[in-house]
Amino acid sequence: MMSEHLDFFYGDFQALLDISLEFYENEVTALIGPSGCGKSTLLRCLNRMNDLIPYSRAEGKILLDNENIYEPDVDVVTLRRRIGMVFQKPNPFPKSVFDNVGYGLRVNGVKDKANIASKVEQSLKRAALWDEVKDRLYDSALGLSGGQQQRLCIARAMAVEPEVLLMDEPCSALDPIATQKIEELINQLKENYTIIIVTHNMQQAARVSDITAFFYLGKLIEVGETDALFTRPKLKETEDYITGRFG
Amino acid sequence: MGHVEPGRALQRRRKIFQSSVFGLFKVSAVINGLALLIIVYFLVANGWRAINWTFLTQPPLDSMTKGGILPCIVGTLCLSLGAIAVALPIGVASAIYLHEYAKPGRVLRIIRLGINNLAGVPSVVFGLFGLAFFVVYMKMGVSILAGALTLGALTLPVIIGSAEEALRAVPDTYREASLGLGATKWQTIYKVVLPAALPGILTGAILGISRAAGETAPIMFTAAVFFTPSLPSSILDEIMALPYHIYVLATAGTEIEATRPLQYGTALVLIVLVLGLNLIAIIYRAHLRKKR
Repeated sequence: MMSEHLDFFYGDFQALLDISLEFYENEVTALIGPSGCGKSTLLRCLNRMNDLIPYSRAEGKILLDNENIYEPDVDVVTLRRRIGMVFQKPNPFPKSVFDNVGYGLRVNGVKDKANIASKVEQSLKRAALWDEVKDRLYDSALGLSGGQQQRLCIARAMAVEPEVLLMDEPCSALDPIATQKIEELINQLKENYTIIIVTHNMQQAARVSDITAFFYLGKLIEVGETDALFTRPKLKETEDYITGRFG
Repeated sequence: MGHVEPGRALQRRRKIFQSSVFGLFKVSAVINGLALLIIVYFLVANGWRAINWTFLTQPPLDSMTKGGILPCIVGTLCLSLGAIAVALPIGVASAIYLHEYAKPGRVLRIIRLGINNLAGVPSVVFGLFGLAFFVVYMKMGVSILAGALTLGALTLPVIIGSAEEALRAVPDTYREASLGLGATKWQTIYKVVLPAALPGILTGAILGISRAAGETAPIMFTAAVFFTPSLPSSILDEIMALPYHIYVLATAGTEIEATRPLQYGTALVLIVLVLGLNLIAIIYRAHLRKKR
């Protein structure tokens, strides 16, 4: 998946300027930068979630399997099935654990109950949540802890077998132990997915990602392998940010 | 530094000022609660003697000076439930359109203006509208159907308003999560947004049904009659209704003074009926909330 010369506008305000960035399969790409730098906007362009914002528009291309997802004939609903998303705050539906994970299957037309049940179990196992919830599958998901809720949201996203997983600061509402579990999960999941994660936490970016892209004021400042970017940043802005001198 | 410490006198003045303001607020709240208590007490004190098994299960007798009010109870139930059956689907559908689909702009502003003004139209005007449109033009005659449609129109703004409020209270993160899984907008609304908004929508329905059950003006031209001993057999029958019955007994009966206890008894039944309907809805709402 990649973006090519992507510009994005909220009304008259340009939030992204000419972003060209490639996201590689089976690797984790971290988007970092200070608040308002456009990293979340970029993430939400990748599954066209920004379409929901009135008076916004995107110019340029985002390619998924060499097809521009901003072409007029692209079916956004089908596209979003292929690109899963995990949000900043855990947002399980006010339904049971089982129905949360089964939801995406059902809305995509899976009717066979045994099939749904096995996919729900498989997704919960891959999200490392199965052992904790297998005895309370039919209890409300809102009764789970914050960390469990976020892993449930990851399981829910994986149940529909997307190709790309977008994560928008998935740990910002979680305690350190829950955060650690999610990070371990990200490490396992990248074997099967292209993962793109927005984070405010530089240590987290360093720990979980293979590639890091640094954004500032709507521009892509520097991108490179995470180890190199954190130890030998090429540009002064990047160095100032990762060493905490601003941001 | 340290010189912003207020003096003793000022501290005391602020404290007195604050407690007297809060005291006033408390008095206002207490007056409100008392008003309801006094109304209920007044009705019970004056009306409870009229209430017995005959009163609740028999039609009126002897020019409505004796007997019961069963046809009125049945009539009011039919009218309120009918009004909700009409107004709830239309109101919720409108609210979904206004909040979930409509693009902000001129058309939306005009529709909203219309709905807000509809809420301010006096109920007697709804009655005249019902008479002209449903009873005469649509040839429904004076009937449960015409009355329920008129009451439905009257309660629509309340239901639309509260349904929209309930939809607004559903966090956008639910919508985003659902859309992000490849659900269509309709699936998102039907399977996630509406269930989450249902308790709030029901609250609106409760308010609507309470208002509909107590209205006299909209039904006096469209559904209610002075007297009919029989219970309705179809929705095209005319009926008696509790509020109209009170009005008739209190203003147009042959024995206005002698039937005072019957008037209070009828009012008491009406209030209990409305509170009962509310109670059912409240219990159902609590049940829905617990299920999450």
